[in-house]
Amino acid sequence: MEGFLATCIVAATPLLFATVGELLTEKAGHLNLGVEGMMLMGAVIGFLAALKTDSALIALLAACFAGAGGALIFAILTVTLRANQVVTGLTLTIFGSGFAGFVGQPILGSMVPAKTSAFFVKRAVPLLGSIPFLGPVMFRQDIFVYLSYGVVIIVAFYLYRTKPGLNLRAVGESAPSADASGINVTLYKYVHILTGGALCGLGGAYLSLVRVPIWQADVVNGRGWIAVALVIFVSWNPLKAFLGAMLFGGLSIVGLRMQAMGVSVSQYLVDMIPYVSTIVIVILSSYKKGKEKQPPRDLGNPYFREER
Amino acid sequence: MKKVLALVLAIMMVLSFSACGSGETDTDEDAVLKVGFIYIGVINDGGFTQTHHEGTMKLEEHFKGKVETAYIEGVDDGDKQASLTAALNLIDQGCNVIVGTSFGFMDALDELANSGDYDDVYFFHFSGSKSNDTNFENYFGAIEEPRYLSGMVAGMMTETNLIGYVAAYPYTEVHIGIDAFTLGVQSVNPDAQVKVIFINSWYDPEKERAAGDELMAAGCDILAQHCDTTGPQLAAAEAGGYSIGYNYPNNVAPEAYLTAPIWHHDMYLIDRIQKILDGTFVPENYYGNMAEGYVDLAEMTDLVPADVQAAVFAKKQEIVDGDFAPFSGYIEYNDGTVMNKEGHSMSVAEIWEITGLVKGAK
Repeated sequence: MEGFLATCIVAATPLLFATVGELLTEKAGHLNLGVEGMMLMGAVIGFLAALKTDSALIALLAACFAGAGGALIFAILTVTLRANQVVTGLTLTIFGSGFAGFVGQPILGSMVPAKTSAFFVKRAVPLLGSIPFLGPVMFRQDIFVYLSYGVVIIVAFYLYRTKPGLNLRAVGESAPSADASGINVTLYKYVHILTGGALCGLGGAYLSLVRVPIWQADVVNGRGWIAVALVIFVSWNPLKAFLGAMLFGGLSIVGLRMQAMGVSVSQYLVDMIPYVSTIVIVILSSYKKGKEKQPPRDLGNPYFREER
Repeated sequence: MKKVLALVLAIMMVLSFSACGSGETDTDEDAVLKVGFIYIGVINDGGFTQTHHEGTMKLEEHFKGKVETAYIEGVDDGDKQASLTAALNLIDQGCNVIVGTSFGFMDALDELANSGDYDDVYFFHFSGSKSNDTNFENYFGAIEEPRYLSGMVAGMMTETNLIGYVAAYPYTEVHIGIDAFTLGVQSVNPDAQVKVIFINSWYDPEKERAAGDELMAAGCDILAQHCDTTGPQLAAAEAGGYSIGYNYPNNVAPEAYLTAPIWHHDMYLIDRIQKILDGTFVPENYYGNMAEGYVDLAEMTDLVPADVQAAVFAKKQEIVDGDFAPFSGYIEYNDGTVMNKEGHSMSVAEIWEITGLVKGAK
């Protein structure tokens, strides 16, 4: 059981980065469907940086910048030019997969260099790693996974315990009101869309640098879409995102584990569960009408200052 | 005045286009045969498409100057229109032979070959089932032969008597591979079992890796695969086990890699192109084997002990000499029904009617 939960965390990590990234973006009132594209951009640029420099740190930074770069295109189009967010996001997904295919083509089949992959080996955290049950599950992972814990805690604290976090939520709920109270709406939107993109880039880089450290086309393979569903599933709460990502990550491998144990169950049915459960959650939350469980009210609406 | 000028310019443009067109037909009349390939993946994918492309390179090398090649990579084989477009594009480039290297290209090639518009073009299709009597043939190979040998390697080297197998989809081609592998395992080690995980995808690097991890966690110490990426090899290496690849002898995890069943597509291509050049080509459904050298077991690494290598070489010789076939003698499915009766060796047609896993695989 511990072993299975530990592998769930591994499967959850790319989803978690992308989910928290998309969550930040949506809290700023922008629905960015380009998660898949930004993950791929982060995956390929992170890998390329690791290949050229053999430095894990530079690879991580490069992945952040690549994801943020994708998000910058989205931000310019949707914040400044007020383009349709759904269409722009979808375009970004297509662009990102083309970009990763093009940039990654010459390096297909190359491996992450030794020093970088040594940096990402699993290491137990002193003390925490020896806690019964939780230790082997959560604290005998690689540094990238610990980074994801940090990101969740920081984002949760930022959103609910700091003034900029409050301002951000105000921007997402009602950009005109936030503007009227003196918040720089455009700046907030840009900063959080870009940060969200950087996190998506990291999620992609986890796949290419740690999980399958050989560059192959389309390593992300639809996980970006699961992250978009996850944001709704966890009702825009970063702490719940951790559990949600664990659940969805677990579902992606539970079918394999069951086959290994000799239980025959259709992988197709298991693959459906994340989406079906998201639909169920959406239906449930629309009945409950809890304020905290609703999407940011201004999600998807471009903000025109003149039309208050 | 302007209108007249525009008209004159337009006519000139049309004329120059048709001039270009006739220029192209001139090159068509050259003695050079041009072979166009449609690939599902990219030429350096370290697996399926790379193997095909190396065959292409060897073909060009063999007929240096007489045969040219061209290719279009990354064609979605689930999209018939994309397959048609790729084939027509190659024909427009002057290709006289079109080779589709993935199952899904079949219907597009079939349509073109039988359309009557391209009777002077030959169509070859890998792994399909359609053909005609004049210009369309399919080709495949008895990969079950090297798979059986790789199973022997695994059977002799396993210590836990549990061997993992990461497979794509549960359908005939994959079943044949698993069954041949399992028969090889059990021929040398009747106690060993093969544990199979189907990932229901031809291509998902992360999932292939995860399936490998699961099999190692379930107690396997050697992993074999019938999927396109090297994920299972990484999983085996990380868990301290051994791995057997597929398609291409690529050695991403030298501390784990033993060998791989591989293809030599150049052998088929060179034979067929020679026949076309000689004017003796007649389509037949080609099914190459190890004796002809179309399929083979990649060179075993030093991790494979000498006695194991010797046993495998001996069995290989028997297969090449025609004294042994993987699917011969009494074989039963893992639900107890009989696949093959004692004293009978299954024909290619019978092998391609296999519907499940043999005893010893689950």
